[in-house]
Amino acid sequence: MIASFYEDHRVGQSVTAGSHEFTREAIVAFARAYDPQPFHLDDAAGAASLFGSLCASGWHTASVCMRVLIDYRAAQRAFAMRWANPVRPGAVVTFSAEVQSMRETKRPQWGLIGSRAAGVDQDGREVLSYSSHVLVARRGH
Amino acid sequence: MDRLYFEDFPPGEIVEYGDTPVTAEAIVAFARQFDPQPFHLGEEAARGTLAGGLIASGWHTAAMLMRMNCDEFLNRAAAQGAPGVEELNWVKPVKPGDRLSVRRTIVSARASRSRPAIGVVEFRFEVLNQNAEIVMTQKNAAFFLRRPAGEAGR
Repeated sequence: MIASFYEDHRVGQSVTAGSHEFTREAIVAFARAYDPQPFHLDDAAGAASLFGSLCASGWHTASVCMRVLIDYRAAQRAFAMRWANPVRPGAVVTFSAEVQSMRETKRPQWGLIGSRAAGVDQDGREVLSYSSHVLVARRGH
Repeated sequence: MDRLYFEDFPPGEIVEYGDTPVTAEAIVAFARQFDPQPFHLGEEAARGTLAGGLIASGWHTAAMLMRMNCDEFLNRAAAQGAPGVEELNWVKPVKPGDRLSVRRTIVSARASRSRPAIGVVEFRFEVLNQNAEIVMTQKNAAFFLRRPAGEAGR
């Protein structure tokens, strides 16, 4: 799993945090609550859309990624998020994160870690990627 | 209501909409499912963290923005999804009792070179709380069908 303290991280370190299956029920339930666009709710509407089938809201994918990478602390910023391929019902997505930069902050109890998270489906297609800056507690504070 | 197409998103336009109440129950329910960190799980658990009290997951705030966008315009638009998000900034904590609204700016709008039926609209969204403080900003492009020839504008 992802290390808990700032000092435990290294630039270039990468972890595969786990996999998650996106069921049709979960895709539709998330969309009903937060993203009720037709192509996230209904097979026929999905088939008629650019995606070509029912698919998960990108925010559903990002939220599940958060769940899988939960050892991260107090994210401040995410950027360059790409939903490169749709997540269809039954997709099994494996999430990973790689540390890309580290720096100490003005506050001695926190370090700032820049990382790139990614989700890849069972056929090796990337369905999510984004960079983030996260405050991580330093050891001994 | 008329359907909105690419042509209905003029660059420079700024509109405000939405009024989403944020409850402790909703914060905790989202966090239990997607972001179970102490400061999202309950007032008690959040004390002693950097947050100092219960705050919403940033992904929950992003999802609430998405819902306001669906209700305000996406679900009456010929919307064809989004390729991703350029930038997402969680500027201030979102707390129980807050009421969130949206200020939407159209940054640019251009026809797709590869797909003539599609236009690309670039938005900047600011999520505001009841004190008109910005709590989150988001920049992203989204795809819309272009108005079919022969269909009247809005």
